[in-house]
Amino acid sequence: MTNHWVDLKNADYILIIGSNCAENHPASMTWIHKAQQERGAKLIVVDPRFTRTASQADIYAQIRPGTDIAFFGGMIKYILDNELYHKDYVVHYTNAATLINPDYKGPDELDGLFSGYDPEKRRYDRSTWSYQTDADGKPLRDETLQDPHCVFQIMKRHYARYDLDTVSGVTGIPKDLLEKIYRTYAESGQPGKAGTILYAMGQTQHTVGSQNVRILAMVQLLLGNIGIPGGGVNALRGESNVQGSTDMGVLAHVLPGYLPVPTVADPDLRTYIGNKTKPGGAWSGGYWANGPKFLISLLKAWWGPSVVEREDFAYDYLPKVDSAANHYWIALFEAIYAGTIKGLWIMGQNPAVGGPNARFEREALKKLDWMVVQEIFDTETTSFWRAPGEDPSQIQTEVFVLPAADAMEKAGSIVTSGRLIQWRDKVAEAPGEALPDHQILNLIALRLKQLYAEGGVFPDPILYLNWDYGEELDIEKVAREINGYALKDVKDAQGNVLAKAGATLSTFAHLQADGSTACGAWIYTGYFSLQPDGFGNMLPAAKRRNSVHDPGGWGNYPYWGWAWPANRRIVYNRCSADPDGKPWSEDRKYIWWDEAQKKWVGYDVPDFVVTRAPMDPGGRDPFIMRTDGKGGLFAAMNEGPLPEHYEPVESPVQNVFSSQQINPVVKVWKTDEGKDIGDNWGTPDQYPIIATTYRLVEHWQAGGMSRWLDWLVEAQPEMFVEMSQELAAEKGIKSGDKVKVRSARGEIEAIAIVTARIKPLQVNGKTLHTVGMPWHWGWKGLTYDVGATDLVQSSANFLTPHVGDGNTMIPEYKAFLVDVEKA
Amino acid sequence: MARLAMLIDESQCTACRGCQVACKQWNDREGWLYSRTRNRGTYENPPDLSPQTWTRIRFTEYEGPDGFRWLFLKEGCMHCGDPACVAVCPTGALKQQPNGLVTFEEELCNGCGYCSQFCPFHIPRLETDPVTGKGKSSKCVFCQDRVTNGLLPACVKTCPAKALDFGDRDEMIAKGQERVEALKAQGFSRANLYGVDQVGGLGRLYVLVEPPEAYGLPANPQYPALANFWQKVLQPLGNVAFGAAILGIIGAFFITRRKIRMEEVR
Repeated sequence: MTNHWVDLKNADYILIIGSNCAENHPASMTWIHKAQQERGAKLIVVDPRFTRTASQADIYAQIRPGTDIAFFGGMIKYILDNELYHKDYVVHYTNAATLINPDYKGPDELDGLFSGYDPEKRRYDRSTWSYQTDADGKPLRDETLQDPHCVFQIMKRHYARYDLDTVSGVTGIPKDLLEKIYRTYAESGQPGKAGTILYAMGQTQHTVGSQNVRILAMVQLLLGNIGIPGGGVNALRGESNVQGSTDMGVLAHVLPGYLPVPTVADPDLRTYIGNKTKPGGAWSGGYWANGPKFLISLLKAWWGPSVVEREDFAYDYLPKVDSAANHYWIALFEAIYAGTIKGLWIMGQNPAVGGPNARFEREALKKLDWMVVQEIFDTETTSFWRAPGEDPSQIQTEVFVLPAADAMEKAGSIVTSGRLIQWRDKVAEAPGEALPDHQILNLIALRLKQLYAEGGVFPDPILYLNWDYGEELDIEKVAREINGYALKDVKDAQGNVLAKAGATLSTFAHLQADGSTACGAWIYTGYFSLQPDGFGNMLPAAKRRNSVHDPGGWGNYPYWGWAWPANRRIVYNRCSADPDGKPWSEDRKYIWWDEAQKKWVGYDVPDFVVTRAPMDPGGRDPFIMRTDGKGGLFAAMNEGPLPEHYEPVESPVQNVFSSQQINPVVKVWKTDEGKDIGDNWGTPDQYPIIATTYRLVEHWQAGGMSRWLDWLVEAQPEMFVEMSQELAAEKGIKSGDKVKVRSARGEIEAIAIVTARIKPLQVNGKTLHTVGMPWHWGWKGLTYDVGATDLVQSSANFLTPHVGDGNTMIPEYKAFLVDVEKA
Repeated sequence: MARLAMLIDESQCTACRGCQVACKQWNDREGWLYSRTRNRGTYENPPDLSPQTWTRIRFTEYEGPDGFRWLFLKEGCMHCGDPACVAVCPTGALKQQPNGLVTFEEELCNGCGYCSQFCPFHIPRLETDPVTGKGKSSKCVFCQDRVTNGLLPACVKTCPAKALDFGDRDEMIAKGQERVEALKAQGFSRANLYGVDQVGGLGRLYVLVEPPEAYGLPANPQYPALANFWQKVLQPLGNVAFGAAILGIIGAFFITRRKIRMEEVR
């Protein structure tokens, strides 16, 4: 989230799309209801089903799964045509005025493609997507927005095709309802009004997932809704601490703190830094110019004290990947299936239920030599070798299950979607031999160090690894390392000591590229340093619990926990003031320029150089992480610089915007195509019904935890599939009947819920049906333990395709094709 | 003592069922291993209130004058101002407390089932112990142990949607009426506050956006006339009959003993 949970109360317009937060983030409703009741906020919910969230909406629209870009493209056209954008914001804070290379061509000219496409490699050469620059490399701008090559005009041409009739035909949302939503939400573009967009996996789990998010961010830029209270681009993260794990680099393409992972093109430190800092590189400007300080401090944290001072800070110990894209989930399971990966270590994941094309992934597990699982319950993954229908004697994989402690059985930090880090104490002892995951890893690491001391291939990264957390790991020592500390005195340019040797650092501004600081994740610097709690005490910042002090009444509570970066609650908050540094409106005063003090002041930590005046160079460039300081309406991603609608890989209709049916850059696997288990794609003649998957408030993820909890199982005991009354009538299905759902990948059984909450869609003159399924079930849990259900082949992911987004490779769980019949 | 009440704003309920689970947790009620629920083609489960389920959400798909709504109702004991169940309970297991709570003492319940039969809302349910065959009733007691110790009922405490409130009944009525007016101003023309006057005034007040019947609530619940008759006439009569029966047994004993002695004499 650019903003945070409590801040939802400050919104005048709330658009929820691809999120069912009343179920998956129930606490969000506290603040959404507050906005509705106290500000009269309008709530718009767009979803393939009328959900429990939709029950709270002022306006609800049922959308065809996989057509979000069409929906938002239409909104952009509506905003531009009717001049409803926040003009000053768009001109000064975004790259709308920036001129683009005249050789750039878009899908309006190239039948769905952008200039530079290589059909062989399914990749773009991005050279024509560049800015026009002056002799000093400064981007050229036309703030009248009239130049035909400026981003504003390019966007106008690009989205001209997304008119109400076309978008209505594609999304299935009736034209008058569509217009009502556009009109209502665009009202948030008035200065002094705030609109927030909440999204979750309903936006991301598509082959165009990243562009789904980008286009809603563009809408927020056009309406001036980023960097202000009650606004923002708000990703409601899928698990309670998934924000923390991505911050810690539990992703294939980044190290902790979102530093790019080294690739084979970066063999040594000098080349790595050169590649990242050269023009066009990830660290070529903006605040990322400090990237080398963050990386070197990370290396010092990992290997610093143990190795002799080395020029490359032991950079050579870091693994170099060929391409991060080859290490995402789907690629990993393709490699396991192909026998390239022989061993697998899983912590708290259940791919046998949660993985796309789960039959394929279960099959892949059989090909492993060994598998280690750290888990709190026996799951379909720990026991994949004895699943119904499997013959354990034919499966050679050696499985080790390490019993793990639950979240409540260990101390540590939890990071919310709003980047708020809160420290939690242990509240219960783990049962039996179960240990916290961090202690399991500690024991493994200590043992590895012993073993490598006896020799081995390239032992140095393990031998010299800085690992001094004790035999029983002291989690606060880990926290301090993540926070960062000074190895030598840190001094400013005048020689004043900013932090003494050994001190826990209070800000990432103190991190150095000379090896004098160590830091495990630069964005967290300060979170574990001693800070005032507003009641006269000094506490590690993440442990603070002051629910009283709330400057400006915006709900920031700066002495409650600590939010990264720098305890800033709303990022890009320079945007809450106009170009001259004055609040856009008095009642939405948040951060402003104080001419008397010559600095930025307000109710939050300014997200700006605090002494840089509005009239200074760069004083009107609020997006400080970006090289040009402007919000990127036009910004390169793998499939182009502007989001364009493509159909899901399995779709019942042709793309009406171009002859490019699917995202041109998705990676396509065809492993064992045509076989019973394989990368099979279905066609609408065999599988005419659109399917989508989701979660329920009563269960958790792949169900490994919740299917053993008596009261939750009682509330939602079994797998089901939701369908419209019309489809049920057509198929002779009644509510409560057992049905079969089939896709090109597999078949499951489920109980039918026939409902008025899903309606048939009118899509380009065709009547289409949607069914929805939760993905919580497999064959383990209370109901299965006592044989109370025969729905053992009931994992929705038996049906989903093994294909992912063009940038992140997140699987397309949310739109695919099935057929349904009475069992 | 001022009367307490729960205000349930159904316009804010998101049916997350946190209340349903929190109730079971605080009050040690059984879950699936006991009820063995199945999916019956609906989200709604368990299928009914029971001595193990004191509160639950009823889901209704409703097509009304303003189009489709998914209505949620948090069911449970209404804690009536004139509780018929208390009137008919022969053992005193059900009592009306001075703060208005209609409480229940399991040890005193003899499983007669009158409370269930006479409740205008058919709330208390009976279950039979599979081992002893003995019947028992049970129902929501507004977390008497919590509220008499300054805590909110477990369901109110847990509600993330802030749909539940609990406190002085007059205050709850005022809040409910204010909320109804706000809803009307927003265009919910049929918004209403349920429970102010029914059955002596309910301890459970509902803010509704559709008429009560749309949610499955009786529009005009009536105090069962027979309950008073029961309490004032039948129960005393029953006691008379019970006394007569005892006298009969004692009499029979003496008569029998006399007969036996007569035999001995012979």
